[in-house]
Amino acid sequence: MDEQARVLKFQIFRYNPQKKGDKPRMVTYEITEAPGMTIFIALNEIRETQDPSLQFDFVCRAGICGSCAMVINGQPDLACRTLTANFPDGEIKLLPLPGFELIGDLSVNTGKFMRAMSERVESWIHDREADLVNYDELEERMDPDVAEQIYELERCVECGACVSACATKRMRPDFLSAVGFMRLARFALDPRDKRTDEEFYEIMGNDDGVFGCMTLLGCEDYCPKDLPHQTQIAYLRRKMAMIR
Amino acid sequence: MKVIYTDSLVIGGGLAGLRVAIAAMQRGFDTIVLSLIPAKRSHSAAAQGGMQASLGACVKGEGDDEDVHFGDTVKGSDWGCDQDVARMFVNTAPKAIRQLAAWGVPWSRVRGGDREVIINGEKVTITENHEAHGLITARDFGGTKKWRTCFTSDGTGHTMLYAMDNKAIELGIPVHERKEAVALIHEDGVCYGAVVRDLITGELIAYVAKATTIATGGYGRLYSVSTNAVISEGIGTAIALETGVASLGNMEAVQFHPTAIVPVGILTTEGCRGDGGLLLDKDGYRFMPDYEPDKKELASRDVVSRRMTEHMRKGKGVPSPYGDHLWLDITLLGRKHIEKNLREVKEICEYFLGIDPVKEYIPVRPTQHYSMGGVRTNATGESPTLKGLFSAGEAACWDMHGFNRLGGNSVAETVVAGMIVGEFVADYCEKSSLNVSTSTIEHFVKTEEKKIADLLLREYGENPFELKAEMQQIMMDKVGIFRNGPHLEQAVEELQVLNQRARSIALRNRISSANPELVEAIRVPKMIKLALCVAYGAMLRTESRGAHAREDYPERNDRDWLKRTLTTWPDDSADLPEVSYEDLDVMKMEMPPGSRGYGVDNTIHHPDTEKRIAEIEEIKKAHPRADRFELQQLLNPTPIPEKFKGKNERIGRGYK
Repeated sequence: MDEQARVLKFQIFRYNPQKKGDKPRMVTYEITEAPGMTIFIALNEIRETQDPSLQFDFVCRAGICGSCAMVINGQPDLACRTLTANFPDGEIKLLPLPGFELIGDLSVNTGKFMRAMSERVESWIHDREADLVNYDELEERMDPDVAEQIYELERCVECGACVSACATKRMRPDFLSAVGFMRLARFALDPRDKRTDEEFYEIMGNDDGVFGCMTLLGCEDYCPKDLPHQTQIAYLRRKMAMIR
Repeated sequence: MKVIYTDSLVIGGGLAGLRVAIAAMQRGFDTIVLSLIPAKRSHSAAAQGGMQASLGACVKGEGDDEDVHFGDTVKGSDWGCDQDVARMFVNTAPKAIRQLAAWGVPWSRVRGGDREVIINGEKVTITENHEAHGLITARDFGGTKKWRTCFTSDGTGHTMLYAMDNKAIELGIPVHERKEAVALIHEDGVCYGAVVRDLITGELIAYVAKATTIATGGYGRLYSVSTNAVISEGIGTAIALETGVASLGNMEAVQFHPTAIVPVGILTTEGCRGDGGLLLDKDGYRFMPDYEPDKKELASRDVVSRRMTEHMRKGKGVPSPYGDHLWLDITLLGRKHIEKNLREVKEICEYFLGIDPVKEYIPVRPTQHYSMGGVRTNATGESPTLKGLFSAGEAACWDMHGFNRLGGNSVAETVVAGMIVGEFVADYCEKSSLNVSTSTIEHFVKTEEKKIADLLLREYGENPFELKAEMQQIMMDKVGIFRNGPHLEQAVEELQVLNQRARSIALRNRISSANPELVEAIRVPKMIKLALCVAYGAMLRTESRGAHAREDYPERNDRDWLKRTLTTWPDDSADLPEVSYEDLDVMKMEMPPGSRGYGVDNTIHHPDTEKRIAEIEEIKKAHPRADRFELQQLLNPTPIPEKFKGKNERIGRGYK
């Protein structure tokens, strides 16, 4: 097995804003590929054996938590589930996700962005009666199909790939982006959320909202969870256009 | 010195921590959540399978109630759990799930009419009641008498965590991200918050609070292969241990999940087997019925993991470059079912194994999965020895799991404990005032400052990454599924050496701000201490109970070991924790010890067991007209908070 192992060449963006005088640069690291190696495994090996200052974010390392999106050979994706075997020439270039505040190297502050997004779209069930519910009683019924449809839109892991792949976001710093639209679509579909279309219009009925989308659909192309961004943005835009 | 004051400080932003914070906030207390990462990325999100609550709405759940759930939980724990806590838990779980439904979780629902399912390898048609249509449904999980595990397709933990975090955002609860609690502040047996390191700037901040709750999850990463997220390193548990005052409970109780993929150890949910998946050996032979003719693949997790290991030891494993494994076959469930209800599993197989589980078998092996042990608390969630310190979820040994947790009972615990402990945290905030001197706060901050300064100054010493890898290998090889005296003694000796070496860690990257090597250097000595608690506790416990399986002591020994292990670390310069034991009182048990119904029952019984069984019969005879609620009160009166005392309604049954 060892005889066939390739040497992988990682080019990694390095910059630590906390360190005075540090400058952004690309640094090359070489490691020997192991069977089944993912970028998660490779980056940890580089940190442990070559450069202990290298910053990156992984949590679940199983493609479910959304922590590790980065730009891999020019395309945003989840690093933890990207196998190094996918790169025939063994050269892998890693950059932090654009569109977010840089913490250092490959680590960006998606958390801050996503919390602000959740606050902006009021990402919760709006129902004045909700706190009066007696939880001893049978729960309110929901059509099984509706429950499934809501889940389909709730599979977003807030990784930020859609934001980084969005040209509109590049031009409009306050653009809500696909992650925000998907969240709104999810709540608009949910019969438990009593918000009216007019109320949703207040949130997204402008150029930083759904009317600003240039329909380049980087979100659709790069969503690691294959969420139906195109359909949902079109649906929301139509719904909002009917309001005024 | 930067000091932040609050009423309720919660360390950990997963399901349990957020739920505790919500409870305190709703009662009008200022609350702050600290998290290593954005809250929605917590390991709670990884729970694919489901949450147990005895709603009894689906047809295979008919007849289910709190009592059946209680029985399964106590049996599953191998009678190691605290029955008061298990009782509070089962009574509150239906309320917790209904509350989450109101907060937005799109639980999968009952669809009235016929549907095809796979049971015991056969296609079977079951008919759901039309009157239950639209209520929360459930799937089958191991070790349960009824189908009780409620779920959202394949993303239960994800949808629960999103709903919970959204609720926290609605309430304006601040989550301070990328902050790590490195020490607790305490004096004269009272906890006053934590010293916290900002993982970006490196600044140390004192968070001073009336009540401090540790909800940092498990310690799975003490093992080299674990299904746990990489942040599940037990640091919250360790800072409680390092007070020397708070105790940890049952640290040797570590669960191995039967089906993690080989080699990376990512979990495939128990839902695979719950929905009808089978375990096969190298000959494609279904072996579980030979070992457990009754529950087969759906025996309790500890049992299935041991049977798999036994079977591999007989040479029936599939050889691979990463050692032997077995097969999980879900091909019989069909594409439609897999793509909807087991999609996460399918993605994991595609991305990490390059296989399609609709057509191919999945290589699996038992892998470290859950920490039953943790910060010892009483039923209110508070440490019995360090006032004002609370703990909830996997980080805690609240002790509803004893020596083995049932699948679906972990996310259930997080939210139920969050609800219950959250109320007690609020009570504590209400009745106590903050009386801590600044010099005490300063003392704790200075101590941590000095430790970090020493690390940054030391020129030569140990590499923290290497120490960690050595520790993980020791745990893996010697404190695993099957344990024995000689191996455990070696593990303890080797870990003691590591503990000493961990006192002279030196860094290559000597800066105090964002620095992954410094993070490691702060954590690794804490992790080694926890590993010692696990290994030493396992060495001393000369019996087999639940997930703690001793080859040299195969019988469950109630006579000598019906007790909880308590571990403290009062002397920082020591290389071993102090261990004591807390008896479980058979005479107070609602369900006295019996057989779990797996393999041969070789239990050495406790002298009180027969007495208690007779006493229960007497009580039943003396109250022939008592209903199940009255009887339960007679057998086991539990301190459930007033809010959660109501009876739970079920379809077709009402409140009976």
